Amino acid sequence: MQVPAQFRYEKASSVEHALTLLDRFGAESRVVAGGHSLIPMMKLRLAQPEALIDINDLDELATISVEQSTLCIGALVRHTDLLSSALVGEHFPIFADAERVIADPVVRNRGTVGGSLCQADPSEDLSAAFAAVRGEAVIQSADGVRTVPVREFFVGPYQTVVEPGELLVQLRVPIRSSASAYLKVERRAGDWAVAAAGAELRLADGVLAETGIGLTALGAPNFHASEAEDFLTGGPATDERFAEAGRIAARHCNPIADQRGPEAYKRHLAATLVDRVLRVARTRWNGLHPEEEAR
Amino acid sequence: MIMEVTVTVNGHAYTRTIEPRLLLTHFLRDELGLTGTHWGCDTSNCGTCVVWLDDVPVKSCTVLAVMADGRQVRTVEGLEGADGLDPVQQGFVACHGLQCGFCTPGMLMTARWLIDHNPAPSEGDIREAISGQLCRCTGYENIVRSVRWAAEHEAGVREHTVEEAGTEVQA
Ligand SMILES: Cc1cc2nc3c(=O)[nH]c(=O)nc-3n(C[C@H](O)[C@H](O)[C@H](O)COP(=O)(O)OP(=O)(O)OC[C@H]3O[C@@H](n4cnc5c(N)ncnc54)[C@H](O)[C@@H]3O)c2cc1C
Ligand code: FES
Ligand code: FES
Repeated sequence: MQVPAQFRYEKASSVEHALTLLDRFGAESRVVAGGHSLIPMMKLRLAQPEALIDINDLDELATISVEQSTLCIGALVRHTDLLSSALVGEHFPIFADAERVIADPVVRNRGTVGGSLCQADPSEDLSAAFAAVRGEAVIQSADGVRTVPVREFFVGPYQTVVEPGELLVQLRVPIRSSASAYLKVERRAGDWAVAAAGAELRLADGVLAETGIGLTALGAPNFHASEAEDFLTGGPATDERFAEAGRIAARHCNPIADQRGPEAYKRHLAATLVDRVLRVARTRWNGLHPEEEAR
Repeated sequence: MIMEVTVTVNGHAYTRTIEPRLLLTHFLRDELGLTGTHWGCDTSNCGTCVVWLDDVPVKSCTVLAVMADGRQVRTVEGLEGADGLDPVQQGFVACHGLQCGFCTPGMLMTARWLIDHNPAPSEGDIREAISGQLCRCTGYENIVRSVRWAAEHEAGVREHTVEEAGTEVQA
């Protein structure tokens, strides 16, 4: 039987209360949201916090809304709610694509968006999705609120810019295009990615005005493929250029060989997934903008 | 640290003094003696520990019992009603939905939730709903049949009730 070590448990009743508790218990305390990454780590004693601050009662962090053309997702929104939200589906199909293949429906009932990002697992799907669409993380502490681009949120595996005493409260994504997609290769239903890619694009006058490409499980710095994005932006959205963007992304990521496959296979997946996910995003763009169809 | 918690399980409020590190599965099994909820992989993969927490199926091996303080839990023991076994339980009997029965409590809880939210689930819907749950015996075919049996049975009962109500109005 796997049992966590002893800890003190506190249930926060509001964001302010959570911040007070985090201050009081200091660096040895941890926030618990869905607990579906932290509790397994505590069972294995890979994490041994002295105090747990439970934020599950903070309904104010469990909402999804659009404010001034920005999608606002509370940190406590469960995977299942992100998946079923019509608002999210309309503006960011990438999240619905990703959520459909994250874990299984019962795990999705409990795991949260904020917990996924804070866990910073190198194979986390939402990290790549938020990196692709250039989301922002809103972080609160007793000293105030700061906003960090998701592309600068990760410090390394399992490490983020969230400091002791801070709480991730919201993810924000400006609505730029609504043409986005996510594709993942997994060994079996509900497993972590062997490799996955997300993309968002916006066209203007036949050229790519903006391109976002997210990668997970591939060792891409901060979960995105900046070289491939730079190559694409400013040119047309053709099959040839998408294939080349895939090859560039494959060259610049750093996958490691593990039980999910050798390095060469993962690089092959990077190239193929980037190419394909860009095509899906382009099909969605064309569906939304039939008058100015890209090829 | 020990804490007093009150968890309402299948409609009964239970107050216990527990360590915060106690998992909900073990609270149900060891503190309350409700051993219908099984405990298998301990790693949120097999789904035999699924119970409802505030009307949502969760894997109770990955939920702390203190997180359920003040909340509602429904376990497999809470399925049977005054007029006998729940239709999903009847479906598993009728269609041989179990062999060793180890996965069954979790399967039943997920199936009940599915039919409550999707009264006419397709085979794909059922397979997706139970995709986080492992069965080593049945090959899933009979589980899927059992869930369909329950859904069809309930739909039949419901149509029947509507017909009866209609006759009454006419008379
Ligand atoms: C069987 C299984 C399969 C899975 N498969 C996948 C998969 O395919 N793809 C995938 O991407 N994920 C997968 N996951 C992970 C799942 O998405 C988790 O739910 C998620 O990683 C963590 O969310 P949580 O709310 O449970 O976080 P928790 O476990 O509660 O917390 C995780 C970490 O984040 C911190 N934290 C949480 N919320 C906040 C906050 N608001 N502010 C500051 N810090 C915070 C905690 O202190 C902790 O360090 C899987 C999990 C399981 C159990
Ligand atoms: S014991 Fe909980 S999922 Fe296996
Ligand atoms: S009946 Fe034996 S594991 Fe499912």
